[in-house]
Amino acid sequence: MRAFSYERASTIEAAAKAAAGTDGAKFIAGGTNLLDLMKLEIETPTHLIDVNRLGLDRIEPTPDGGLRIGALVRNTDLAADGRIRRDYALLARALLAGASGQLRNRATTAGNLLQRTRCPYFYDTNQPCNKRQPGSGCAALGGFSRQLAVVGVSDACIANHPSDMAVAMRALDAIVETVRSDGTTRSIPIADLHRLPGDTPHIEHVLERGELITAVVLPKPVGGKHIYRKVRDRASYAFALVSIAAVVMQDGTGRVAAGGIAPKPWRDEAAERGLPNGAKAVTAKLLANAHPTEQNAFKLALVERTLSAVLAEARG
Amino acid sequence: MRFDTPATTNPIDQGKVVGQRIHRIDGPLKTTGRAVYAYEWHDPNTHYVYGYVVGSAIAKGRIGSMDVSAAKRAPGVLAVVTSDGIGDLKKGKYNTAKLFGGTEIQHYHQAIAVVVAETFEEARAAAALVKVDYAEEKGVFDLEATKDTAVKPKDGEPDSAAGDFDAAFETAAVKFDQTYTTPDQSHAMMEPHASIAAWNGDELTVWTSSQMIDWWRSDLATTVGIDKEKVQIMSPFIGGGFGCKLFLRADAVLAALAAREARRPVKVALPRPFLMNNTTHRPATIQRIRIGAERDGRITAIAHESWSGDLPGGGPEVAVQQTRLLYAGANRMTATRLATLDLPEGNAMRAPGEAPGMMALEIAIDEMAERLGLDPVDFRIINDTQVDPENPERPFSHRDLVGCLRTGAERFGWQDRTKQTATRREGSWLVGMGVASAFRNNLLVPSGARVRLDREGIVTVETDMTDIGTGSYTIIAQTAAEMLGVPVDKVAVSLGDSRFPVSSGSGGQFGGNCSTAGVYAACVKLREAVAQKLGFNSPDELTFAGGEVRVGDRRMPLAQAAGDEPLVAEDRIEFGKLGETHQQSTFGAHFVEVGVDVATGETRIRRMLAVCGAGRILNPITARSQVIGAMTMGVGGALSEELVVDKERGFFVNHDLAGYEVPVHADIPHQEVIFLDETDPMSSPMKAKGIAELGLCGVAAAVANAIYNATGIRVREYPITLDKLINELPEVS
Repeated sequence: MRAFSYERASTIEAAAKAAAGTDGAKFIAGGTNLLDLMKLEIETPTHLIDVNRLGLDRIEPTPDGGLRIGALVRNTDLAADGRIRRDYALLARALLAGASGQLRNRATTAGNLLQRTRCPYFYDTNQPCNKRQPGSGCAALGGFSRQLAVVGVSDACIANHPSDMAVAMRALDAIVETVRSDGTTRSIPIADLHRLPGDTPHIEHVLERGELITAVVLPKPVGGKHIYRKVRDRASYAFALVSIAAVVMQDGTGRVAAGGIAPKPWRDEAAERGLPNGAKAVTAKLLANAHPTEQNAFKLALVERTLSAVLAEARG
Repeated sequence: MRFDTPATTNPIDQGKVVGQRIHRIDGPLKTTGRAVYAYEWHDPNTHYVYGYVVGSAIAKGRIGSMDVSAAKRAPGVLAVVTSDGIGDLKKGKYNTAKLFGGTEIQHYHQAIAVVVAETFEEARAAAALVKVDYAEEKGVFDLEATKDTAVKPKDGEPDSAAGDFDAAFETAAVKFDQTYTTPDQSHAMMEPHASIAAWNGDELTVWTSSQMIDWWRSDLATTVGIDKEKVQIMSPFIGGGFGCKLFLRADAVLAALAAREARRPVKVALPRPFLMNNTTHRPATIQRIRIGAERDGRITAIAHESWSGDLPGGGPEVAVQQTRLLYAGANRMTATRLATLDLPEGNAMRAPGEAPGMMALEIAIDEMAERLGLDPVDFRIINDTQVDPENPERPFSHRDLVGCLRTGAERFGWQDRTKQTATRREGSWLVGMGVASAFRNNLLVPSGARVRLDREGIVTVETDMTDIGTGSYTIIAQTAAEMLGVPVDKVAVSLGDSRFPVSSGSGGQFGGNCSTAGVYAACVKLREAVAQKLGFNSPDELTFAGGEVRVGDRRMPLAQAAGDEPLVAEDRIEFGKLGETHQQSTFGAHFVEVGVDVATGETRIRRMLAVCGAGRILNPITARSQVIGAMTMGVGGALSEELVVDKERGFFVNHDLAGYEVPVHADIPHQEVIFLDETDPMSSPMKAKGIAELGLCGVAAAVANAIYNATGIRVREYPITLDKLINELPEVS
């Protein structure tokens, strides 16, 4: 870990301004991902701005019947909230499928969205990795790729996004609210938050320098059956090989997002129109431009089979 | 005490303490955090400093140059010790790869420098500033690709044969020939390697985490170039080892050299990612098994060949050894071959040999049973043998494999298993049952102990035996309590200190039987000393019970035998030829029920049963704990554990506990263990045998066989992950 300076921000605006004005600054909230990466010198911020005391830890109703989740609401609290469990069960289930109790106690809503890949080559600083060190190459492409992405990838990077929570939020059309360093705010649909790697895999999201996530807004509840199915080698405490977040209505229509297979939560609104016709009708489109490796090609069949099981469960 | 005739009735047979369900005596220390592990050792008057290891970034080659100037200038840094600075060090007897020293790189994450600083954080930060130029060389990392270059290993018995396998196999009524693979595996014990080294003049004291105190003492002395007598090793508590702490490791060497350079006591722990590539692992194997049998199921020919790889000078994984002994058959052969690989050092991991060997053999037996139309339990029973099949003159000391299989089948409800595969469905689960034999040899290793009786009636046992979570403290206390007729709470046990008599240590499931036999021997001497002190001719006329010595109507407190000076006795158990005249092994049967998700192919364990026939069970609580832990490790081996080799770059990629998946609690819903009530007088005065590794051998195959029963899909490449099932599972829609 490299030496760094630290400040505790007292207002949102001050935090955003400080982050924009300091080279190498980063926000820190739960720290469950960032501190590990700093110990390995994968992240080397020179300055940390602690946002834990900004009061962004409430879940409030919005005027149009949705919920505004503060950026600092802990995963445990979010999963336990009565309104979330009743109206957005998909989100509660996705949260509880992730990490461990100890980690969820600490991890925050915004931090979860911005957590970094678990690609083993990203984690080993002796290995080339375009995401960690732009231009150094990708060891995963010809190496151990069983866990990694099959869609949305590029020749530069096949890392996947490890979050469960974000997959549910993508299916729920969540909107990310931010404050920029000049004090202005904006709302970013979660579909637009993460970037695909292209030839710049080190740039993972659209947030500007100093821009701070303040909340995630869930539109008003859509009803339907909420199913989050996470497929993994062991029964707990493992990242998804594949996950499916689905909201299925009585008439068979609905929404579906997939995790574990892409650099971001993966959803295609055109593909999910096929839902009434079964899993194959959806995955044919959803995975149309897949570029799997030999080691992770099984994920294509796994997505389809998992979605089939989810739809069968929804039919009851 | 030399043990060369079968044990007769002795005080252990009383079973007042030995064999009783006694909670581990060191439990409260552990549950309250007062058990001091290696890295935690702390003398408030000592100013410890911290060493952080730098590992090689390449798998094979040489260090061209190392620039440590930035590291040396970093805040808090006291010293930087580099392998090319220190020159060539001698290698310990038990190490294959060098732990430190020299410019040649033999494997990834091999230690090449240690940075010493005032704080751990300063040492870690400075270690990242060490710049190394390597001259990288091409290495060989792919066992499959290099299999044909494998040779007969120098040591051991690379080949065995009896009868004429080729002829018998050729003419067998029913034949079977298959190849299996097992991956490299990591011990992944909870406590990483850690050492504190302190020099006092030319004397070195090291607090560390070691299974074998005397091996570490010898090899550390050799490596740092001092007399063994000048080295003291302390390892009273160990957070798991599984074989990874049998042999001296880099943390102890680096701490010793860093402490000498920095002139301060130095703490060094290996970071978790170093566990996989810096230390040792269980080597991957390729195994071919051929079986020929009569139509009634009697095996007439059996062959097992195994290939594994290691660094030059290393050894093979002896995956064939159980096949020489487990089943009958007049015509047989085994062969062990060793390829040269430039991966980190392969070496012993829990039940080396039998663990991967049984992973393959016990699938093959299941496959052959099906081919013969026999129940797999029956097929095993048909081929039981009470003698060494290679040498029928040589009987087993005690063998009740059949009892294990029959008891297990009854208790597990084996008759409910559907003969036809893929026919039992519960919701989205395909459900199946599997069975495997368990087998592991019983090893006999000399072991010494010292016992002391004081005037308070406290018996203190001192031996360099270790407790790696196994329960050594407790069974040693039980042994002394039984021998001297005192309650367990009157026995104090001190372990893991090189100033104590050399013991068997912990490994190869020999520690329980052998170390208690050593304590038995010392207690026999103490009983003699007590008799003499109290004016009797022989302890045989005395009864040691209730803290007293009794003869006829006379009763004397045991403590009376000790005066101002305590009464001390020391002895060592040494084993004669009973292990050669008789084959000593341990036996068991594993039964497993699994569910396989019909859509995703995820396999989840539903219940497990182990039945063990392993001589006297010294303590059913600690023995059970060993067996359920081993069963859990077997589930990992079956379903998820694999060190993935990057065949280009030459290292194990998934080098942390997120990437190397051992089972978690949710994976292990229900386990049951049954111990057959037996003793083996050939093994030691304790009449006990090993138990810890028996619990692992066969588990993975039982899981594999259950998956086959559930799905009809036979996977012969471990681990059995869902990607190996998914394409053959039924359509879902």
